[in-house]
Amino acid sequence: MSVQRRKSDSAIGPEHDPDAAISIHDMTVAYQRRPVLWDLDLDIPRGVIAAVIGPNGAGKSTMIKACLGLIPKLSGSVRLLGQDPRSVRGQVGYVPQRESVDWEFPVSALDVVCMGLYRRIGWFRPVRRRHRDAAMVALDRVGLADFAKRQISRLSGGQQQRVFLARALVQEADLYFMDEPFASVDAATETAILEVLRELRDAGRTVVVVHHDLQTAREYFDWLVLLNTRLVASGAMQEAWTPDHLRATYGGRLTLLEDAGRAMGEAGGLKQ
Amino acid sequence: MTGSIPLPGPEAEGLLRVLLLQDFNTRIVVAGAMLLGAVGGLVGTFLMFRRRALIGDVLGHAMLPGVAGAFLVLQMIGLARNLLVLLIGGAVAATLAGLAVLWLRRATRLGDDAVMAIVLSGFFGFGVVLLSIVQTTGGAGQAGLEDFVFGKTASMVTADVQVIAIGGIFVSGLAVLLFKDLGLLCFDEGFAASLGRRVGLLDVTLLAMTVMTALIGLQAVGLILVVAVMVIPPAAARFLTDDLRVTVIWSSGIGAAGCWVGVTLSAIAPGLPAGAMIVLSMAGLFVIALCFGGTRGLFPRWRDGRELRRRVGRDHLLRSMLEHRELTEATQIESRTIQGLRMWTAAEVATALRAGRRAGEVIEVEPGIWRLSERGALEAAALVRNHRLWEHYLLKYADIAATHVDRAADRIEHVLDPVLIRSLEIEVGSAGTAESPRSPHPLGHDPALPEGESNS
Repeated sequence: MSVQRRKSDSAIGPEHDPDAAISIHDMTVAYQRRPVLWDLDLDIPRGVIAAVIGPNGAGKSTMIKACLGLIPKLSGSVRLLGQDPRSVRGQVGYVPQRESVDWEFPVSALDVVCMGLYRRIGWFRPVRRRHRDAAMVALDRVGLADFAKRQISRLSGGQQQRVFLARALVQEADLYFMDEPFASVDAATETAILEVLRELRDAGRTVVVVHHDLQTAREYFDWLVLLNTRLVASGAMQEAWTPDHLRATYGGRLTLLEDAGRAMGEAGGLKQ
Repeated sequence: MTGSIPLPGPEAEGLLRVLLLQDFNTRIVVAGAMLLGAVGGLVGTFLMFRRRALIGDVLGHAMLPGVAGAFLVLQMIGLARNLLVLLIGGAVAATLAGLAVLWLRRATRLGDDAVMAIVLSGFFGFGVVLLSIVQTTGGAGQAGLEDFVFGKTASMVTADVQVIAIGGIFVSGLAVLLFKDLGLLCFDEGFAASLGRRVGLLDVTLLAMTVMTALIGLQAVGLILVVAVMVIPPAAARFLTDDLRVTVIWSSGIGAAGCWVGVTLSAIAPGLPAGAMIVLSMAGLFVIALCFGGTRGLFPRWRDGRELRRRVGRDHLLRSMLEHRELTEATQIESRTIQGLRMWTAAEVATALRAGRRAGEVIEVEPGIWRLSERGALEAAALVRNHRLWEHYLLKYADIAATHVDRAADRIEHVLDPVLIRSLEIEVGSAGTAESPRSPHPLGHDPALPEGESNS
């Protein structure tokens, strides 16, 4: 590991905050030769619901995937829950983008939720009754107990998203990464997901959510990461949510800026 | 020497002997072929869902240079043709080809199809060159090499079936042990990786299973057609079920059945090559599954579509008649008038009216003159209410131009379920009833919804 950093004060200790849920240091990720994330330095504390926000192509999903070790990093290091990501896999849950899989696949909602237990079940062993029972509890938590036996292509988009959430819940992780769980879901699903996120946070878990909707971001989350290839800002929602930061994140995208402005006005009014 | 199962005696008796597996030879051939079919169907299911169905084709073709190369090596060092050595040669070449595919699609931006085409044709071309060298040098056993290209099902001997059995048991054992993880790999690679599952290792294992399957298929159907054993059964099974476990069972069963039919047919007509007959039989089973498959077959889908069209037609008819009645205060209506209310053809109106009469919802007072029955009027009122609810919902919640609302509502109401309707009633509130038509029964909370009942 690189001990000699350009910052001299980092010599006194590790670059990573051991108490943070996520600690990213100097991470650069590239597809082919095009860097998607540049020199990312970021800490997210435990016990928050954090939003990762930025324009399309800002590297939001990439950040999550690199943290999980799904794509290689060009440089830098990541600590999850204070440890090497590979050694805490059992404590880290993941909700991929709904579009990333083929929903025609011949499995039921319950089968999909059971997948969250595969690591615990281990190689070569089948899914047993107690695993299915645990999966049913998770399905019930997202309000889909009645749909357990239904083939997943016969669920609505929102229900599919909730199946993915239930699969993550059954992992009983301390840290969750969710890639656009609120993307094009119905109102009922949005409420259900939000409720689950808050339960997780109240139980001391950390949830990192890639989010695209500026309108709701301020209301839903208590930590904000603004990303546009580089880190623009990261901090508690009240501090990080500033016009300057949003402008720096979205640059010249005028319509988005207007959205942001309106969102800020509305969210300000909504603030509890 | 592509022989065939000996047929003793007259035709009918011979057929019976084949069907009853009375000959030892027949038993060997049928057992070997069915085992191959079952294993192919099993492995093929995972290949299909991993979107790698064609890799079987690549591996099959890539075995040619391996087999021919092994033969040349044997010849050079002066040894006789040895089946095991040839198969090992084929396996090595196929594995190389498979790894080349996996590597090329990771390292380059070429599409899967291009990568597979390149590797397949490259290896096969090399194989053809080696084969021609074998032919010019004129080895004693060279005729045997051509058996690998098109298979030699009918002349399989115990040793061949043993190879198939050992390979088959090994591959099926792996598939059973890795069932859930291979399933996860096929469904959600990213999530599998996030669990710490070694996706690359699983892919290589699946590749190894495919190589084994292609290898044992070499004996029966030959390297050109071996892909069929791994592609057709799972594709057929896809139309029959929506459960992965059941898909695998169907796929193996279809594979085994196709092999049995093919072998039997080729035994009955000795001139026909068994390998090709196996593939044709499987294709036949595929067509049957495609047409009549329980969940996704063409016929069930057509039937469902017809059912939906009928329901839509009925709904339109009842609504038009009720609205007409309330507008004109006339209880009877000419079928020609109905035709004018909607953009219907005379035939469509006639069909809808006939169906309505069967359901007891409309009554033909005299030829060409119709009226709603009491039940039909109730049904129609419920439909109109339902329709209005949608109209209001769309106007209120969705940004749909008011002029398009009717059309949109028409489409959606036919898929509306009772729960949603109830939530709509609550959401729309009084607006739903404000403009509702005068109707034979109250519009507020009506449990008799069209979707809830089961007539016709």
